[in-house]
Amino acid sequence: MSAMIEVRDLSKTYASGTSALSGVSLDIREGEILALLGPNGAGKTTFISILCGLVTPSGGKVTVGGHDILRDYRAARALIGLVPQEIALEYFETVINTVRFSRGLYGKPADDAYLERILRALALWDKRDAKLKELSGGMKRRVLIAKALSHGPRILFLDEPTAGVDVNLRREMWEVVRGLKSEGVTIILTTHYLEEAEEMADRVGIIDKGRLLLVRDKSDLMHEFGRKVLTVELTEPITALPPALSSLELSSDGLRASYRYDAHADRTGIARLLASFAAEGISVRDVATEQSSLEDVFLRLVRDLA
Amino acid sequence: MNWRSILTIFNFEMARFWRTPWESLAAPVVSTVLYFVVFGAAIGTRIQSVDDISYGAFIVPGLIILTVLQQSLANASNAIFMRKFVGTIHEILAAPISFIEVVAGFVGAAALKSVIIAIVIYLTALLFVDLPLVHPVLALALLILTSFGFALWGFLMGIWAKDWQQLQFIPMMVITPLVFLGGAFYSASMLPPFWEGVAKLNPVLYLVSGFRWTFFGMADVPILSSIIALAIFLGLGFVAVWAIFRTGWRLRP
Ligand SMILES: Nc1ncnc2c1ncn2[C@@H]1O[C@H](COP(=O)(O)OP(=O)(O)OP(=O)(O)O)[C@@H](O)[C@H]1O
Ligand SMILES: [Mg+2]
Repeated sequence: MSAMIEVRDLSKTYASGTSALSGVSLDIREGEILALLGPNGAGKTTFISILCGLVTPSGGKVTVGGHDILRDYRAARALIGLVPQEIALEYFETVINTVRFSRGLYGKPADDAYLERILRALALWDKRDAKLKELSGGMKRRVLIAKALSHGPRILFLDEPTAGVDVNLRREMWEVVRGLKSEGVTIILTTHYLEEAEEMADRVGIIDKGRLLLVRDKSDLMHEFGRKVLTVELTEPITALPPALSSLELSSDGLRASYRYDAHADRTGIARLLASFAAEGISVRDVATEQSSLEDVFLRLVRDLA
Repeated sequence: MNWRSILTIFNFEMARFWRTPWESLAAPVVSTVLYFVVFGAAIGTRIQSVDDISYGAFIVPGLIILTVLQQSLANASNAIFMRKFVGTIHEILAAPISFIEVVAGFVGAAALKSVIIAIVIYLTALLFVDLPLVHPVLALALLILTSFGFALWGFLMGIWAKDWQQLQFIPMMVITPLVFLGGAFYSASMLPPFWEGVAKLNPVLYLVSGFRWTFFGMADVPILSSIIALAIFLGLGFVAVWAIFRTGWRLRP
């Protein structure tokens, strides 16, 4: 897959003196879903805003579809749809008109059949003639998505698209995003819901304090940093673990011993461990393993790398 | 040139005007009628005539310019300021359009509104006074250029303003005095020589005078100087907007 977006040494210092991004380099591949994770104020919105032409970079170079975002802004921006983090709409406008406006703004000819498809996919078709001020927060956010899609972008930026959207709708929006991916749209999303990144992303980038700490395939990331926990349930409670099993942790009721290990290691030590239980004469009732989530990975990373 | 984008912005801005035609047109017409009652009927009967033109007719071009200036500034500055205020400006900034297209859409719509209002005022005035119109084509041309020029500066004001107070500041503190001192209600030749000289430093005088010339064929300053003043004014506004979009001043942090 070729790079749809190339970011080289991008930096941004706002007039206030805040350094929001420093030396960010990244290739975003065509057709992938990239999730950007990071705490509040990490620089995610700044990053997206620069790529979309809303914020002037202080240094570095960005090309979108091979077009420099500053010199060749028309070609670059024509490829992009943006769903901003903050909801801002013309409140007295109707849903359908505001979506038509977005399409027209990008110089595309009117195409109501296309807009109908988008509104239906976002469960907004019934609301097409409603004024924006009459919509709920989650609906407004979906209107923003419809506006961003109205001109048929090849790249979609979603800045916290599911903030304030209920669980069912969130799942529906994920479906929409997956549908777009299957049409070959490149998607960059920021989120605070790790569950969302885990569910959606092909790759995950972690930003903290304006630096891109890492970008990795999600599965590699889970693999590399993922820990597994093996929990051994005992038939009889014990007061202490024998020395041979000292690498385990005993629960306070003495009924469970847990063992943390790297899932990708060549030797996990599980076989030896279970043999030790038998050798020590401790009878095992059940065994369970649990994989750590991206959330655990994320928290560890921010702690370790920052 | 991306005409579809321009038209999209233009139509959006005009839609507001047509949605509430009475509010859009009634206010300027009412204030014009008030000026007629006060200046034309009450004071005008004592002034008799200026350069052989009845005072009621004499003030019409100045009155139109006054309204056009106020409306152009207000319409264009509000349109862009509201977008900044609400946040919908991001949509314009992220679109694949050049500053010329943005300006053409916003400023074009604001200017057209002023032109419509000016024509309505002119028609209203015809109900009150005998009004010659010696150079109708030039009158329309000057009207359009003036509307466009001030809408352009209004657009700049909307970008510059950080709050509502600033938005009101220039129209109140700069434009209204300049218009009143710019010979809207009198001829500069009525002033003592020294003050006539001072009045001629006021750019609005050239607008009012030039516009009045298209009605009556006579003016305080040569028509050519009016046209040159207008061209400079337009040119400066255009360069300023271009520079703003180039540097992102107050638009792109
Ligand atoms: N227009 C601005 N002017 C000055 N500083 C800004 C501006 N926008 C953002 N910042 C600062 O830049 C830093 C990065 O902000 P940014 O909005 O990019 O973070 P974020 O990762 O999107 O955070 P969140 O998760 O809260 O949305 C913050 O310190 C913020 O205060
Ligand atoms: Mg943000």
